[in-house]
Amino acid sequence: MPAQDEAPPTLTRDDVIKVAMLARLALSDTELSSLTEELSKIVGFVSQLSELDTDEVEPLAHPLDSQNVFREDRPVPSLATADALRCAPRHDEECFLVPAVLGESGSA
Amino acid sequence: MTAESHHPFTTVIGLEVHVQLQTETKLFCGCVTTFGSAPNTQVCPTCLGLPGSLPVMNRRAFDLSLRAALALNCKIASFTKWDRKNYFYPDLPKGYQISQFDLPFSYEGHLEVTDPKGAFEPRNVRIIRVHLEEDAGKSMHDETAGTADSRIDLNRTGTPLCEIVTEPDMRSPEEARAWLNELKLLLVYLGVSDCNMQEGSLRVDANVNLHIPQPDGRLAKTPIVEIKNMNSFRSVERALIYETERQWGEWQATHAEIGSMPKQTRGWDDSAGVTRGQRHKEESSDYRYFPEPDLVPVTVSEEQVATVRATMGEPPAMLRKTLAERWHIPAYDADVLVNQGPELVEYFEDLANKVGEGKVASNWMQQDVLRMLNERGGRIADFPVQPAAVADIIARVKKGDFDTGRGKEIFAAVLETGKPVDEVVASMGIAAVDEGDLQKLCEELIAENPKIVADVKGGKEQAAGGLIGQAKRKNPNVNPGKVRALALELIRALP
Repeated sequence: MPAQDEAPPTLTRDDVIKVAMLARLALSDTELSSLTEELSKIVGFVSQLSELDTDEVEPLAHPLDSQNVFREDRPVPSLATADALRCAPRHDEECFLVPAVLGESGSA
Repeated sequence: MTAESHHPFTTVIGLEVHVQLQTETKLFCGCVTTFGSAPNTQVCPTCLGLPGSLPVMNRRAFDLSLRAALALNCKIASFTKWDRKNYFYPDLPKGYQISQFDLPFSYEGHLEVTDPKGAFEPRNVRIIRVHLEEDAGKSMHDETAGTADSRIDLNRTGTPLCEIVTEPDMRSPEEARAWLNELKLLLVYLGVSDCNMQEGSLRVDANVNLHIPQPDGRLAKTPIVEIKNMNSFRSVERALIYETERQWGEWQATHAEIGSMPKQTRGWDDSAGVTRGQRHKEESSDYRYFPEPDLVPVTVSEEQVATVRATMGEPPAMLRKTLAERWHIPAYDADVLVNQGPELVEYFEDLANKVGEGKVASNWMQQDVLRMLNERGGRIADFPVQPAAVADIIARVKKGDFDTGRGKEIFAAVLETGKPVDEVVASMGIAAVDEGDLQKLCEELIAENPKIVADVKGGKEQAAGGLIGQAKRKNPNVNPGKVRALALELIRALP
């Protein structure tokens, strides 16, 4: 392996806190410490790729060498409502139940 | 009135529009997209995001979005892919939305809007991109029920949406509304979407700020605000007017410029007529997009583009010209007709064909059919008087059975009673006045009106007009034109 010109990027504890928040993970202090170390190693490992000259390489959109997979616009029976709701932790006759959602939808 | 008419600034508006594509089924599964069904009756493992399920792209959704992009004069990418937009929300069961990030299937288009009354200059609005993505579900919270829960209906989850993003090219709330009307018309004409805002088939977010020239020549820009929750084009216009005034007030108070704070999102409260700041979700913009591994990319060839282009029908802007030329009607008439939508244009063309004269058909459309349609509400497809009946009435007017005024009364009666034209004409006691009766009537009139006769003989033909009112009183069914012609003939023949 060629010697690296720069030190590999490292993750700070704050980076991990942020990523955990985005993933809705509640991490203990111990977990934060170990994950910061482990994730830093992963990022460092992947950063070896930056040593390669990829200027002439097309970005890969998908690992499969396949394109244009479609289905026709034809209806297929849906699940029965009771079956759709069955695995939900909480539901009523027709809907999934979640803690109160107030305000705006996240996106779209 | 627009804001810039009394304030020293330019209003800068860009729009982000989501339209639901007119498909039978969802974007990635075979569940139907029928509006208004009972909650969670149109869901399956794929749109519920259950483990092991995989999305497969709906061909029609892709073709319709291609049609929309071409109609918006966009460039079509030969290679396109989908990405995951990650965020947590109860109406998004997978925890991500399948959308397009860096390689949308189309980009750099434009759509021009003109105002037939000339309220603003024609405005060419540039389109940054059009992409294809899936919709989220619906969360319902009944505050009056006093329950702590929200109920989630995932019927809408996975419904195909086209997202259309414009450059900030609009310069007034009025222009933004007019542009939205033109966009809606275009998408309805091309069968891309029904654009029904009440059913959520068309949703608009607006970005707005003000550019304010400074004494030193610099252009100060107020922070950009994104307005959400507008449920009609009228609301969009009102929200933008309100927001323009609000930002002007804010500028005068704080002189805060763009970049001094993060982009703000405000929700429109239609009944209160104000925009309100929405809680800023921390890091909400960090969507961590990455390529969707469950969908393979799509390539589009030039032949495919040509096929879609050849079969997509006439956009409204072109149809206005076509109608004006084909039927020899003024541009204004064509504009009014086309702006009512494809069903009305079909009705008009049917009528014009039967009547054989475009301008006459257009006059009847605007003065009678449209007026009545607006009074009654509803769609032209459900309008009880068919073009054949209107053409029948017009033909009888031309033949001289009765005059236009009487024809309009007959039209109204046909609409009201639902009876055929023949029956209405008979029941109104309207029978064509025969030549003998007309002759007798004119002779009587001449005998009774020596002054008018003298005036006409003296060269004042317009004096004959005085006879027509009297003729109508004697027999309401006489044709004024015929009375006038015959009376003049008889008077000239007098010694």
